[in-house]
Amino acid sequence: MTTYPTGESSRRLSESSLSVQRWRQDRGNGLSPQAFLQDINGEDLARFLGWFSIGLGITEVFAPGALARLLGVKKRPALFGFLGIREITAGIGILTVRRPGIWLWSRVGGDMMDLALLGLALAFARGTRGRVGAVTAAVAGVTALDLLCSEQLTDGVGRGGAIRTGRSIHVNRSPEEVYNFWKNCENFPRFMYHLESVRMAGDKRSHWVAKAPAGMKVEWDAETTQDIPNERIAWRSLEGSTVSNSGEVRFERGPSGRGTIVRVAVEYRTPAGPIGAAVAKLFGREPGQQIKQDLRRFKQLMEAGEILTTEGQPAGRARSTSLKFDASSRRSAHAKGAFERSEAFQKEERL
Amino acid sequence: MKANCWYGKHDVQVTQVPDAKIINRRDAVVKVTSTAICGSDLHLYNGFIPTMEKGDILGHEFMGEVVEVGPEVKNLRSGDRVVVGFPISCGNCFFCQKQMFSLCENSNPNAWIAQKLMGHSPAGLFGYTHMLGGFAGGQAEYVRVPFADVGTIKIPDGIDDEKVLFLSDIFPTGYMAAESCNIQPGDTIAVWGCGPVGQFAIASARLLGAERVIAIDRFPERLRMARSKSGAETINYEEADVYETLMDMTGGLGPDACIDAVGMEAHMPGLLGAYDRVKQAIMIETDRPAVLRQVILACRKGGTVSIPGVYGGFDDKIPLGALMNKALTIKTGQTHVQRYFRPLLERIQKGDIDPSFVVTHRLALEAAPEGYEMFLNKQDECIKVVLKPGMTTYH
Ligand SMILES: NC(=O)c1ccc[n+]([C@@H]2O[C@H](COP(=O)([O-])OP(=O)(O)OC[C@H]3O[C@@H](n4cnc5c(N)ncnc54)[C@H](O)[C@@H]3O)[C@@H](O)[C@H]2O)c1
Ligand SMILES: [Zn+2]
Ligand SMILES: [Zn+2]
Repeated sequence: MTTYPTGESSRRLSESSLSVQRWRQDRGNGLSPQAFLQDINGEDLARFLGWFSIGLGITEVFAPGALARLLGVKKRPALFGFLGIREITAGIGILTVRRPGIWLWSRVGGDMMDLALLGLALAFARGTRGRVGAVTAAVAGVTALDLLCSEQLTDGVGRGGAIRTGRSIHVNRSPEEVYNFWKNCENFPRFMYHLESVRMAGDKRSHWVAKAPAGMKVEWDAETTQDIPNERIAWRSLEGSTVSNSGEVRFERGPSGRGTIVRVAVEYRTPAGPIGAAVAKLFGREPGQQIKQDLRRFKQLMEAGEILTTEGQPAGRARSTSLKFDASSRRSAHAKGAFERSEAFQKEERL
Repeated sequence: MKANCWYGKHDVQVTQVPDAKIINRRDAVVKVTSTAICGSDLHLYNGFIPTMEKGDILGHEFMGEVVEVGPEVKNLRSGDRVVVGFPISCGNCFFCQKQMFSLCENSNPNAWIAQKLMGHSPAGLFGYTHMLGGFAGGQAEYVRVPFADVGTIKIPDGIDDEKVLFLSDIFPTGYMAAESCNIQPGDTIAVWGCGPVGQFAIASARLLGAERVIAIDRFPERLRMARSKSGAETINYEEADVYETLMDMTGGLGPDACIDAVGMEAHMPGLLGAYDRVKQAIMIETDRPAVLRQVILACRKGGTVSIPGVYGGFDDKIPLGALMNKALTIKTGQTHVQRYFRPLLERIQKGDIDPSFVVTHRLALEAAPEGYEMFLNKQDECIKVVLKPGMTTYH
């Protein structure tokens, strides 16, 4: 197995070190690790952590003495060798697997192990405490990155087949009020921003129009399959829909009358063809995330009576909002990005 | 209109920007008559709080005249004179209903960023990072005030701006910090930091009946203000060991409650200070929690640690062992400003306190960059800067 990056992987390496450099440069402008996390996507970060793992692992296996000196702990080649192999395995896993979430979690586990060992060293070492303390802190920093990154990447779904997801939110209104608002599905586009319109077509039927990338539209018909006032509404799309989907929303009275817990569960199935692929990526990349944001806006409508935005406010730059940080600006950018990624993804598949 | 915008570390500029206008139905537009620079703004100015973007309009302490209201704002009219609280709060969510306005669920459009970092998002704030909403702030000629029906208090004519301006933040902040100490007759309260927040914490501890207040800082003029305005005893931490002095003053008991009115950029000479500086610089620690450590170690057993000082992220070497074994209570948070509007305006009207005592400098809005420099470097014994849009002469 080669330990030096070649071809494709060396491009990746230089890219990831580039983003680290950008992170450093941006510091002058008040960016910090958190801003850095927002600035890059989970996959860039995964790549960086992947290489970090391999680098650390190689050091642990091949230079345990030097590492022990650096850390200020006793030299234990067998232990370091074990830790090193764990790091390398995790690193390779992160870099080679399309869905690196699980491998990142293994890094988190590994970090915990390192922290525990360093903690022990801290307790027993004499005279080297300062150094061990500093290294513990450094590893703790990486742990924080690992945790955030794993969270970002495990929230997706597998490719192909049905996408199942769900989320819940607390709304400080009674189940009756919440149900009544939800029952009228023509309200949905007010908080589900990927929808263009929903029209009731008879008692149980409705017609849905969703926005797809590149100005495309996706339409389908749906029917209500169950409607228990103040408790549950369920629906499914009719046969022949572009996006075959079904779902339910339940309204649970909060403990001792504290508002309502709204629980949404949805399942999508997308067909073959370019539209299908685009839609799959649009809905499928982070379906849970989308529902979470929809529910957040739903809550704002129910509680505050409006969805607060900063779009259109003054600023000392061309845009009123920040493309990098503001949810509303990111929405359009994200939809576009998801589509581009899906094309790139297909190209990669063909190679 | 003119507004003071952030362009990077130690770079703010007053520039021409589009006029503030109504965007949501519960908005109002306020023509700003007075606005202040806060210690919290210095954390942004020094580049320590993430998710700022070039061109963001700063400022969260401001007041003025309502010039336009959205269709859902029923309790305000054009011409009303108002102070605006710095947290943006809907008034209807679980937290607002419990008067925890700075924890509002519905005012941060970027809640997801804050949630990643902290598990949950607090309220959106004016002019204070995109993580906390990305709202344009009030160091400007005009400002848009979301949820204006909840976020403002009307001020009768005949009271000077400077007497009521600080209802927007630092007076309630100092007051809440002192209130959190649950002050009992005979209590001694120690306050780290004699900036504007510290001054109001000291004054409020007195209002709430503390027997002794001990104020800690290193700037003679700030310590002097704490002595002369609130009758505090003072410790200059560059001249004396804070822990030893506090133990000496309290016969070894320690202060009943300790207030950290310094926050994430504590100044600390010596090795531990250098340690935090290095770690903050290479970003494995976001804050320099030197004061928080001292506060925990000095506090009386079973006492209260109250933290109005702002912290941003991850901190090391916080003596949790001391916290736990000494059975301390921690109280903290961004201030629930709206909760204190009425009671504190009444105290001002009754003459219990005149908050304008902290103001040392009055500048035109255009001089905001100089104001930031002066306040940061304590030039000319600067303690609090008020900016006046429309003031014609400055300096
Ligand atoms: N919780 C809230 O809602 C809220 C509201 C406003 C301000 N704040 C925060 O309160 C803090 C103080 O604000 P301010 O406007 O008074 O700022 P400031 O910068 O004027 O005051 C800070 C003071 O702390 C002193 N200090 C620094 N290191 C110290 C040390 N080791 N020991 C003792 N004193 C030390 C400084 O000399 C200075 O006088 C800031 O962190 C600010 O962000 C919080
Ligand atoms: Zn402030
Ligand atoms: Zn609220």
